[in-house]
Amino acid sequence: MHPAPSVIIFTTLSGLGFGLLFFLGLGQPAVTGFVAFVFYAIAYALAVGGLLASTFHLGHPERAWKAFTQWKSSWLSREGVCAVVALLVMGLYALGAVFMGSHWSLLGWIGALFSLATVFTTSMIYTQLKTIPRWNMELTPAMFLSFSLAGGALLSGAEALAPWLLAIAGAIQLAYWAKGDGAFARSGTTLGTATGLGVRGDVRAFEPPHTGTNYLLREFVHVVGRKHAQKLRMIAFALAFVLPLLLILIPASGVVIKHFLVLLAVASHLAGAMVSRWLFFAQAEHVVGLYYGKR
Amino acid sequence: MNQPVIDTSPKVSDEVRKTTCYMCACRCGINVHMKDGKVAYIEGNRDHPVNKGVLCAKGSAGIMQVNAPSRLRKPLRRVGPRGSGEFREIEWDEAISTAVGWMHELHETAPQKLAFFTGRDQSQSFTSFWAQNFGTPNYAAHGGFCSVNMAAGGIYTMGGAFWEFGQPDWDHTKLFMLFGVAEDHDSNPIKMGIGKIKARGARVIGVNPIRSGYNAVADDWVGITPGTDGLFILSLIHVLMKAGKIELDYLSRYTNAPVLVNAAEGPEKGLFLRDADGKPLVIDRATGEPTAFDKPGVRPDLSATYDKDGVTHRPVFHLMAEKYLSDEHAPEAVAERCGIPAERIRAIAAEIARVAFDEAIELDHEWTDFRGEKHSKMIGRPVSFHSMRGVSAHANGFQTCRALHVLQILLGSVEVPGGFRFKPPYPKPVEAHPTPHGDRRPGRPLNGPHLGFPRGPDDLLLDDDNNPIRIDKAFTWENPMSAHGLMHMVISNAAAGDPYKIDTLFMYMANMSWNSSMNTKGVMEMLTAKDDDGNYIIPNIIYSDAYSSEMVAYADLILPDTTYLERHDCISLLDRPICEADAAADAIRWPVIEPDRDVRGFQSVLIELANRMSLPGFVDEDGNPKWKDYADYIVNHERRAGIGPLAGFRGENGDKEGRGEVNPDQLDRYIENGGFYVAHIPEGADYYKPWNTAYQDWAVGMGIYDSPQPYLFQLYSEPMRKFQLAAEGHGDRQPPEHLRQRIKDKMDPLPIWYETDQQGNEGFTVNALTQRPMAMYHSWGTQNAWLRQLHGRNPLYVPTKLMREHGLKDGDWAKVTSPHGEITVPVMEMAALNDNTVWTWNAIGKRKGAWALQEDAPEATKGFLLNHLIHELLPSKGDGMRWANSDPITGQAAWFDLKVKIEKAAAPADVESQPEFGPIKSPVGTGPKDLAWKVGK
Amino acid sequence: MTQLPQSTERKMGLVIDLDTCVGCHACVISCKGWNTENYGAPLSDQDAYGGNPSGTFLNRVHSYEVQPADGHAQLIHFPKSCLHCEDAPCVTVCPTGASYKRVEDGIVLVNESDCIGCGLCAWSCPYGARELDMAEGVMKKCTLCVDRIYNENLPEVDRVPSCVRTCPAGARHFGDLGDPDSDVSKLVAERDGMDLMPEMGTKPVNKYLPPRPKDTVEDQIDILAPLLAPVAEEPKGFLGWLDKTLEKI
Ligand SMILES: Nc1nc2c(c(=O)[nH]1)N[C@H]1C(S)=C(S)[C@@H](COP(=O)(O)OP(=O)(O)OC[C@H]3O[C@@H](n4cnc5c(=O)[nH]c(N)nc54)[C@H](O)[C@@H]3O)O[C@H]1N2
Ligand SMILES: Nc1nc2c(c(=O)[nH]1)N[C@H]1C(S)=C(S)[C@@H](COP(=O)(O)OP(=O)(O)OC[C@H]3O[C@@H](n4cnc5c(=O)[nH]c(N)nc54)[C@H](O)[C@@H]3O)O[C@H]1N2
Ligand code: SF4
Ligand code: SF4
Ligand code: SF4
Ligand code: SF4
Ligand code: SF4
Ligand SMILES: [Mo]
Repeated sequence: MHPAPSVIIFTTLSGLGFGLLFFLGLGQPAVTGFVAFVFYAIAYALAVGGLLASTFHLGHPERAWKAFTQWKSSWLSREGVCAVVALLVMGLYALGAVFMGSHWSLLGWIGALFSLATVFTTSMIYTQLKTIPRWNMELTPAMFLSFSLAGGALLSGAEALAPWLLAIAGAIQLAYWAKGDGAFARSGTTLGTATGLGVRGDVRAFEPPHTGTNYLLREFVHVVGRKHAQKLRMIAFALAFVLPLLLILIPASGVVIKHFLVLLAVASHLAGAMVSRWLFFAQAEHVVGLYYGKR
Repeated sequence: MNQPVIDTSPKVSDEVRKTTCYMCACRCGINVHMKDGKVAYIEGNRDHPVNKGVLCAKGSAGIMQVNAPSRLRKPLRRVGPRGSGEFREIEWDEAISTAVGWMHELHETAPQKLAFFTGRDQSQSFTSFWAQNFGTPNYAAHGGFCSVNMAAGGIYTMGGAFWEFGQPDWDHTKLFMLFGVAEDHDSNPIKMGIGKIKARGARVIGVNPIRSGYNAVADDWVGITPGTDGLFILSLIHVLMKAGKIELDYLSRYTNAPVLVNAAEGPEKGLFLRDADGKPLVIDRATGEPTAFDKPGVRPDLSATYDKDGVTHRPVFHLMAEKYLSDEHAPEAVAERCGIPAERIRAIAAEIARVAFDEAIELDHEWTDFRGEKHSKMIGRPVSFHSMRGVSAHANGFQTCRALHVLQILLGSVEVPGGFRFKPPYPKPVEAHPTPHGDRRPGRPLNGPHLGFPRGPDDLLLDDDNNPIRIDKAFTWENPMSAHGLMHMVISNAAAGDPYKIDTLFMYMANMSWNSSMNTKGVMEMLTAKDDDGNYIIPNIIYSDAYSSEMVAYADLILPDTTYLERHDCISLLDRPICEADAAADAIRWPVIEPDRDVRGFQSVLIELANRMSLPGFVDEDGNPKWKDYADYIVNHERRAGIGPLAGFRGENGDKEGRGEVNPDQLDRYIENGGFYVAHIPEGADYYKPWNTAYQDWAVGMGIYDSPQPYLFQLYSEPMRKFQLAAEGHGDRQPPEHLRQRIKDKMDPLPIWYETDQQGNEGFTVNALTQRPMAMYHSWGTQNAWLRQLHGRNPLYVPTKLMREHGLKDGDWAKVTSPHGEITVPVMEMAALNDNTVWTWNAIGKRKGAWALQEDAPEATKGFLLNHLIHELLPSKGDGMRWANSDPITGQAAWFDLKVKIEKAAAPADVESQPEFGPIKSPVGTGPKDLAWKVGK
Repeated sequence: MTQLPQSTERKMGLVIDLDTCVGCHACVISCKGWNTENYGAPLSDQDAYGGNPSGTFLNRVHSYEVQPADGHAQLIHFPKSCLHCEDAPCVTVCPTGASYKRVEDGIVLVNESDCIGCGLCAWSCPYGARELDMAEGVMKKCTLCVDRIYNENLPEVDRVPSCVRTCPAGARHFGDLGDPDSDVSKLVAERDGMDLMPEMGTKPVNKYLPPRPKDTVEDQIDILAPLLAPVAEEPKGFLGWLDKTLEKI
């Protein structure tokens, strides 16, 4: 798949943002007043910024509101609905925290739930696609959720949970890669089934239908070299998990240093998540590539 | 659920205008849907005899041709050096007077100094009429480099050819065998026909080194070695004759198989025995006596011989048995050279025999033959064949084509149900065709048509000193039967001043500085070559094109043509009409839109030029022009009394067909009728046409001939024997010594196969071919925004075996060399390909700056031409002469004899195919960036 | 509308004969012409005369080589447009309801005025049947020529898709695949019509007729007696046979 920056930015930032909102909703940290304002501002900036970024690739962003209508069947629509509910509920909850210094915990729980649900629905947009076997696995939502939670934990300063969540997310990431690499082959879809000609012999794409490019090739056919991908995976893993873990586990005294280290950890995690997300898209092979003799 | 309400019955258009497509010479009928006076959508015309509603990609994309940014806009006069593309726009007045200035004096003093050659001209009966009245012997269209082998092979053998002049009986045939066709000019009908056959589940056999297109759908593919079809066909003949699977009755009645061949030594040896009236003699089975072949009631004997003056004269069929039963034609003897296993040859022969004889069909149509005999049935041998340039574009193509016709005739499958059928005006024997004409009389018209079919050495166009009369050396000993001229030799001969210098080269729709020439680079040099005084060796070049092609840059004066929807055209029975096997048909084009540029239909410009020069034929006794424009000519010109360019709606009331007085409303009647006219051949006249009195009478009525012309199929070609006799030393007109042996060998009156001249090709062992892409027409498609997305560049397709041998992968580059040149191009693997053949799509590669494309267009950067490797002359043999790369009989350009060597190469530094030529300046700029072409709301 | 109808009254679709398609691209361009001028926005082209031309097409013709276990490689031309799937994932993923499957005939359409151009439907289509138009920013796909097949401004014979009407080889058939007695259904039954990527569970309505077996002439024909038994071994004998046979005519 074409790794469109808008979608990478959207999924990573909003994942992180909703992760943070999740923790905030659960009262972690139970901040109020200006500090709360800062936390919520960051969370909203990430979540809303991400959502806005996702509209950049739309042909008609001005009609984006129509995307809320099909929640009965469409995960993208559900995502929109969840996101709006989460943001509204958490907004109310934030009002309480910032201006009234109170935590309406039922609201917080609901907001947290919808925040997670938003991340889950985002992941389901990808997971549901049989056309992209690497995404069409349970590990996809697991990965999105674990990233979101780990990032949220980091950002929210959930010191005790963060290392564990990072470790879990790291493990899921490895599992996702391992399983994802064989997914296309396991899906059973080949040029043979795509053309129905497989029963007759080995099928090879000969002349493409056009010598230039087209939307399908631009959107769906993106080839990442194996070596290159391997390198990027190492970078992603190191930045997203190893480095943040080290940074938050470094025994540090002093609030400033501690905060600084956490900030570094967050930055590193975000960078790693971006690389991982780039790979998530760039390495995802759409079955339509088969028709063009590509994967 | 509430789903959107959509309008499922929108208005389709304001008006439909019916005319004829021009994106190739198939000439399908089109419905042009108009909205707000603009072309909105083009579809096929269901009532049209050619395409019956279907339309190919090019035809549907006609709308993008009509609005192409490459359209020329105004007459142009060259200001920069030739080849630069620098022009100034001029008015038509200046254009016409410039052209008249160059040509008028030539007409009056030395008409041969004008060479007028046209490309895939669809108005040849008119352009030749113009040239004839100008008085120059130097006129031809593109047939010489295209497929004259097919046309001539067919006409000399059976009075009609494949090309677009005949077709399989698609409705009845049960086995269809296709030799070397990628697309052809019968483009839609062949596809429709194959579709019909397939729907019946009947068999299609494709003989072609490349298994794409028609060969891809063929049930059996014969991946023959290029240039060996003749061997393969003669071997099929061998097997079939040996098994007696031939149609003896048909052979005895309708062919010259029973005709007695003179065996007495002397100048008549090998000619037919004839009676006092000159009629060939056969032995009548009833009387045992030699009798004129067409005497009522005669039953020609295929076997009987005739002794006279101590000499035994044998019938043609004896000579054939002797020749083709010999072991050199056995499958085992040819298998290796053809690349087809002997068992496969036998299996195919067996299948042909099975279908022809075990699955014969009978139609209950009564008919009477030319000997007066009545037949109650029409017996069909439902095996049909078709062939085109794969056979034609080899230097042995004429004889191969003859061999294929002989095979058809032996099976009795020509002009019978299920077999091959002629389209009017064919069948038409050689005798009914003109001979070539070429006198040069200043100020007077030529003494007859330029092109024709020589019957023997007397018809050659040689002057008293035995020098060629024509600039292209057509109808000389080098290529005696060059019935279509030799377009590919015009520029090189003119540049060499051999046989003489010319003054003005006048060309029409032929992209000669690029894809239409062999030796493209050499041609560009010849067109720009200067003499010692710094003058161009070809002093004036006038060219008419509709688009900014590569050739435009090489002309001094450009006469910009209209596009096909903006002018009148006439697709005439006098020329290459749109007939079907059971109907005569012709068609017009008419201006369904008006040009939005200062351009004029070329034919009308020719009329204006003729009028300005007062060319005979174009002005009356008082010197007044007869016609003001082409439309006027189409309606009012008469070739013979009552016969004009259009056969339909003749006579004052428009109720006469074929023959009749001029009808001033004729064009309107055509337009009302959908742009065409069809005259159906009555049942009972629709098969056995060459011998069927009902057909012959109908054809006379239609004005196709002036009297019935029944004839025999010429398995044995007497005209060829006459040339051979000359080479054996008989007669006054003698070939030059260096050609004597060649004439003896190649002009065999019975089809033979010979290896094309391979001297100088040592080390070049891989065959290199081109094919036409179905969605592109030569260079035209490139300017079409839709079509160029399908074929914007062309790789060299290389068989798996050669890919492995040379360590090549898809996308690698290879250097391809011939004795003549070198190209470096990207390669792609193809498995369904003859192991020793590479190929590419024809005419995709473009010169930078042409066709209003941006200079980085893939056509100009990645695309390439194979033409750089092909020369109009063969490699030097060291005998001091350069032999033409043409068929020694017809002069047909031997494009497909090309042999190359391939090796892996590094990608060129700029990753562009080589050779590269500098850009030419576009006289029309470049096209717009984005398109969303919708004319309605 | 993003939900699929429980069932459709008819299942209109195409049957494409891979045994007959010669790969001429006529259907491609005819489709482009009709759909540029008709339903919704024109099918645009970018860099139309430049170095990287690319445009929207609703129908494309691929070609494949098949190498059987033994015998010659074969080449198969392969047209592909929307298959109007019964379980069309492109419909259910659409967040706006722009994509829908018509109840009356099963045609899958995009209502362009609702489409936000998110591209998700194209992601979900296994067949590459949807292309986002770069000029208009909306999703384009085969409409099964919904504005032709019922169009009362067209003569009845012409109420078929543009690609079907134009196909010179007659390799494209149109009809109701839900009706077992329709010509198309019979053709599918006779020729073992197949689904593309059945494992995707999309249940395509369009069917493909597989190429017939190839290169069988040697296997089917006995190359010797009786068909090709020589009438005589010697050329002389041949003339003898000739005399005898001629007697009989
Ligand atoms: N779409 C389209 N249609 C066209 C044209 C076009 O440019 N585009 N051009 C028109 C013109 S001018 C012409 S002349 C006709 C030509 O129509 P075709 O005769 O179809 O011409 P080519 O495309 O040159 O195809 C030649 C075929 O012969 C095969 N071949 C080559 N050598 C041999 C051989 O030795 N034996 C056999 N058996 N096969 C061989 C090649 O593989 C190829 O398939 O098409 C006309 N129609
Ligand atoms: N390598 C290789 N080369 C080949 C062949 C091959 O098989 N292989 N085939 C050969 C054959 S058979 C042929 S016929 C030739 C084709 O030879 P050409 O006839 O030269 O082919 P085109 O490229 O079609 O060029 C014709 C010119 O006509 C112009 N034109 C188009 N429409 C109009 C119009 O309405 N009016 C006017 N005045 N001009 C118009 C075009 O712009 C173009 O410049 O190519 C030959 N070249
Ligand atoms: S075959 Fe195509 S290009 Fe040729 S005349 Fe017919 S529709 Fe036009
Ligand atoms: S028009 Fe017909 S034959 Fe041509 S590519 Fe399309 S389906 Fe195949
Ligand atoms: S082919 Fe693709 S676009 Fe068409 S209905 Fe099926 S999934 Fe949807
Ligand atoms: S691109 Fe348009 S039709 Fe496709 S899913 Fe998005 S909104 Fe729906
Ligand atoms: S049915 Fe209509 S829209 Fe669909 S591919 Fe054919 S022409 Fe195009
Ligand atoms: Mo040609």
